[in-house]
Amino acid sequence: MTLLRAWLAGLPAYLWSGWGAIASLFLLLAAWEAVSLAYGPLVMPAPRAAFATLWGLLDSGAAWPELTATARRALTGYALSVVAGSVLGLLAGLSMTASMMSRPLVTVLMGTPPIAWLVLAMLWFGAGDGTPVFTVIVASFPVIFIGALQGTRTLDNHLRGMAEAFRLPRRMMLTDVYLPHVVSYLFPAWIAALGTAWKVVVMAELLATQDGVGAALAVSRSHLDTAATMAWIVAVVGLLLAVEYLVLEPVKREVERWREQGT
Amino acid sequence: MTGDSRAALHVRGLSHAFVRDEVLSGIDFRVRAGEVVALVGPSGCGKTTLLHLAAGLLKVQDGQVDNHFASTAFMFQQPRLLPWKTALDNIALGLKAAGIRRAERHFRARELALRLGLAHRDLGKFSHQLSGGMQSRVALARALVLAPELLLLDEPFSALDVGLKEELYRLLLAHQAERHLGVLMITHDLMEAVRLSDLILVMAPAPGRIVCRFELDRAAASRDDGWVYRHTAELLQTPAVRASFCLPPVVAVAPSPPGAGRTHAQVDKGLRLIVPPVPPVALAGGKRCG
Repeated sequence: MTLLRAWLAGLPAYLWSGWGAIASLFLLLAAWEAVSLAYGPLVMPAPRAAFATLWGLLDSGAAWPELTATARRALTGYALSVVAGSVLGLLAGLSMTASMMSRPLVTVLMGTPPIAWLVLAMLWFGAGDGTPVFTVIVASFPVIFIGALQGTRTLDNHLRGMAEAFRLPRRMMLTDVYLPHVVSYLFPAWIAALGTAWKVVVMAELLATQDGVGAALAVSRSHLDTAATMAWIVAVVGLLLAVEYLVLEPVKREVERWREQGT
Repeated sequence: MTGDSRAALHVRGLSHAFVRDEVLSGIDFRVRAGEVVALVGPSGCGKTTLLHLAAGLLKVQDGQVDNHFASTAFMFQQPRLLPWKTALDNIALGLKAAGIRRAERHFRARELALRLGLAHRDLGKFSHQLSGGMQSRVALARALVLAPELLLLDEPFSALDVGLKEELYRLLLAHQAERHLGVLMITHDLMEAVRLSDLILVMAPAPGRIVCRFELDRAAASRDDGWVYRHTAELLQTPAVRASFCLPPVVAVAPSPPGAGRTHAQVDKGLRLIVPPVPPVALAGGKRCG
């Protein structure tokens, strides 16, 4: 509750501080425009054409079902990874044996290309939601797991000893010592995993499903409709930016206030 | 709150080993209420292990540790503050663990912090925004706010400059006298031991054991610098102390009667050697001196 209030109170100042970020996004738009002027609209449509197409898609209502389908799959897979990765990573970090055994397994998971998992998932789950959700989980789980594992393993022994000397009860040990430290490792991992989830879900949809942004991209590719392609990319990236910068980043700032005020 | 006169920490025949490494052997001593006892010895002689055993942080393997004090607090070599808590919340940590309400523990923490020389504006800061001296004050306050009857100190002042050390000594001694606190401190700084304690136990390594004891009969508050320097020098002349720290034997510059080294401590009234040192021969083969 206090977190929510802090989030709301900090929002205006936070948005105001975003001018730098907006300026760099506009630079990117300018570069995009330059490329489209140099190579012509078939290779790279002008930003205005792409935005107009996107507006048309949103206005006609055609975009919403695809975007909600994609968001549903990405967020389902992401939420499952966050829960499983955080809890299992924490538990593995508490035991030396478990962390030593899980490291190579996680490296295998990280090293296997998502496209390989996608092929397997298509065989296992067919054309439903299962395929993209599974692929998202496999791609984002190891990132979060490693974050939680590192966070737990790197807690300073001195702090643990101090907490024991001051007879901290088990619950306080978790809430006052372990969690604040682990969260500072978990948050960057959660943000990285969100980006991964968003990318992987579109890829999975492109190959495996009949709806969602990925499927719409497949259609626009077959029509050589680059304006629509760019429009969909803008929509997906815009959603990712919104989730990351409006939700995760402000929460992270609030939670890690103790770290950022450097002297 | 004056301590019960029977309140004491008794350590009898204490030995300890990590796997096959014997770190402590046959330790006997006692800390009474209102008494400051210093354990001095070189690094690696088992001082910290001994303190952890006294605090109940390690399981006693052999011998007895009887702590009859109602409450014990610990102060470490490093401040060990939780970086995600403000100074005030760090001070109140032990009170929170004891289940005291937020307003009450903040009130007590604030009151003590101000007495220890922390300013109001420091209390809202996180530990990395505080200077080393301020962090040490917070760590001292975190221990003292529990109103312990026994305070265990693990070289807490070793990283501070002389001025800060003196200031914290003064604050500690004032608090100790006022509350009749029993203090067991470990240090490798002989001067610190002479400055603060009523009884000095000198330890030697491999395995850690007490080789001699010195009683200091002047009240800690009335010791001036000259007294402290003189008696630190005395202490350093004692063969057992030199052997413990692997120092070469004293070379007599001025002609002195035979056996001067041992009688040095007995000559001065302020510092009384109460256990004759064991023959230092045994130390020569010790691991540290090798």
